Amino acid sequence: MPVFDQQETRKPPISQIGAVLWLKTNLFSSWINSILTFASLYLLYIMIPPLLNWMIFDASFSFGTINFFGFEIKFSEEMATNDNCGRVGACWPYIYEKLYMYTYGFYPRTETWRPNTVFALTGLLFVIVPLVKNYKYKNRVTLSLIILYPLISYVLIAGGFGLLTPVDTDQWGGLLLTLIIASVGIIVSFPIGVLLALGRQSNLKVIKLFSTLFIEFIRAVPLITILFMASFVLPLFLESGNYFDKLLRALIGIALFQAAYFAEVVRGGLQAIPRGQYEAADAIGLSYFQKNVLIILPQALKISIPNIVGSSISLFKDTTLVLIIGLFDMLAMVNLTSNDPYWLGRETEGFVFVTMVMWAILYTMSRYSRKLELRFNTENKN
Amino acid sequence: MKKIILDSLGKSQHRGLNFRDMLYNNEARAFFFQIVTFVLVVGLFYTAIGNLFQNIDERGINTGFTFLKNRAGFDILPFLGNYVVDYTPESSNFSVFYVGLINTLVVAFVGIILSTLIGLLIGIARLSNNYLVAKLAGGYIELFRNVPILLQILFWYNLFINLFPHPKQSFAFFDIMFLNQRGLYLPKPIPEDGFMLVAIALLLGITASYFVKKYYKKKHELTGIHTSTWPFSIALILGLPIIVFLILGSPLQFDIAVLGKFNLRGGMNVVPEFLALTFALSVYTATYIAEAIRSGIEAVDKGQKEAAAAIGLTPTQSLKLIILPQALRVAIPPTINQYLNLTKNSSLATAIGYPELMSAFGGTVLNQVGQAVEILAMAMLVYLVISLFISLLLNYVNNKMAIQGR
Repeated sequence: MPVFDQQETRKPPISQIGAVLWLKTNLFSSWINSILTFASLYLLYIMIPPLLNWMIFDASFSFGTINFFGFEIKFSEEMATNDNCGRVGACWPYIYEKLYMYTYGFYPRTETWRPNTVFALTGLLFVIVPLVKNYKYKNRVTLSLIILYPLISYVLIAGGFGLLTPVDTDQWGGLLLTLIIASVGIIVSFPIGVLLALGRQSNLKVIKLFSTLFIEFIRAVPLITILFMASFVLPLFLESGNYFDKLLRALIGIALFQAAYFAEVVRGGLQAIPRGQYEAADAIGLSYFQKNVLIILPQALKISIPNIVGSSISLFKDTTLVLIIGLFDMLAMVNLTSNDPYWLGRETEGFVFVTMVMWAILYTMSRYSRKLELRFNTENKN
Repeated sequence: MKKIILDSLGKSQHRGLNFRDMLYNNEARAFFFQIVTFVLVVGLFYTAIGNLFQNIDERGINTGFTFLKNRAGFDILPFLGNYVVDYTPESSNFSVFYVGLINTLVVAFVGIILSTLIGLLIGIARLSNNYLVAKLAGGYIELFRNVPILLQILFWYNLFINLFPHPKQSFAFFDIMFLNQRGLYLPKPIPEDGFMLVAIALLLGITASYFVKKYYKKKHELTGIHTSTWPFSIALILGLPIIVFLILGSPLQFDIAVLGKFNLRGGMNVVPEFLALTFALSVYTATYIAEAIRSGIEAVDKGQKEAAAAIGLTPTQSLKLIILPQALRVAIPPTINQYLNLTKNSSLATAIGYPELMSAFGGTVLNQVGQAVEILAMAMLVYLVISLFISLLLNYVNNKMAIQGR
């Protein structure tokens, strides 16, 4: 009886496993793909190294000694000046020097704790709201936060009321101003947007007409014309002698603009609600107000949440436009700070820095909106 | 119907018209709310306009549109609008409006073409089975979509001005095109007598090829005999004008820029403001178009492709007859919306001083004349008309592409 020795199993060919297989299927599956791969590699080669050289290897990091929460970090003997910073690479000491301007604008340096507290409160808000999710009185907590948070923030930043030194709005600037415009814009325009959406869906002809006209008009013109209107024409519409501050005018323009876009988003949600919901609400004798607040809007708003976040992202991007009417948001700081005779000609560093900050914020928001979209998109999964 | 029933109910319960009846009558309520809204809105407008006239009186601002005839008195960055209108500082404010309008339309036109091309490329690349290409396209979208457009415009403008060489060291492409800090210098076409005929020939060619295509399509539907029409189209659209052009003895000259002592002279100067603006707008809008195209292609069920293969269509036929018509139905409406956005965003040129509508007319003229109401109304009207036009286009396309139930 022949005896068979068990042979060792042969390993799969090298081209069928691991990295080689991955390369073969993903990068070199056909000759066209191979060409594309090399073209992409070349593209990366001509873009990435010069960028890295400019940003890191040729750049100056001579910040001097930085006091970081009590720790002394020594980068160099002394801080670089515009001259010995070099023109080949980026001059990051300029950003460090102007960081205050980019964050707070002309906000008095002695009062920095106030915007900082608001930043901290905002962070706290994002911690508290998810924490109380299962708490019995979560609605009351959320509602009081919605009312208290803007009030506290306003008192802290603007001062006055005999509590804190008042700080004029033309001293607000930088990222602080960007965040203020974006958050006020969103908070104020949202209720108006919901009302406009309901108005456009209403059976009442006159209300429907006015809402539709407003929405379509605003959506047809660029934001900059609205901002110009708010800053040049709005003061003329008021009784003479009434003075409006520049920031408030811009905020009114932005809020009206954003309201039209929110209205369309919410209308999308309203249209997605099955007719039966309206009819059922009518059948159990709810009034128009009860029907919308208790039945329709909770469902419609839930459907529109991803789009509401998306629209808020657009608003955040649009806040940069206020620089055209002379407000000093973060982007306006680029030109302002590089006009400083001491740091002449450092626009590129400024633009790159603002781009990085804006991108980080917007990217986080858009990831969040995509996450929401996946969470709420319970149907049509294929 | 509902209302009638409720009404009759109300009437049967309380005879005659009393206040309570009115209060709970749907129609009465509707009427009341509409009246209140109407009065509020009209009242708001009435007070606002009353205040407006009072303020205008007090501040001594002129009213009316006579300022349009006045001399403008300032220079505009020389670009296409100037050449079309023959603009000088002696021209009227209305010419500034006209120059701005033309420059806006030029940016919109070039931007739409460029963004569509980039968007198509990126959208298809995003779906590529090549890992690197797909990731690069994804990175492109994530990068450019999440940076405010105004920031991008300012960034590219700053980069172009700093990166491009001094006129004396211009980049030259075959000694016909030059690129430097003052922009791109292209050969300027100078049409001579008879060039109109070439243009007419082109139009004729396009019309004729349309009818040829229609004829063969009808024939295909009637008899099943398929004829490729693209050779006819090429012969008609390209061949006809070329023949006319040659017969007339090349009635078109080019003015090529030459390097003078300090600057390039002649040619057609495309200013860096235009380059930066169009580049930024195209790159930004392309991210949205790419997403629209990707979602369009992804929306087509896989079974459609398999079914097309099963009934024996070639990959080209399947793409042309099955996949694309369905993908485009999803992709085109958002794309057209992006064209509108691009046009509206072109108003951001104010920040870099490219003389389009909001910058030349809504900016400089507004500062000089101070008649904000009239000037902004005119500018808004232009954008309204553009957006109305694009909405009509969108409706037309939607109707054309709607699934026809049989």
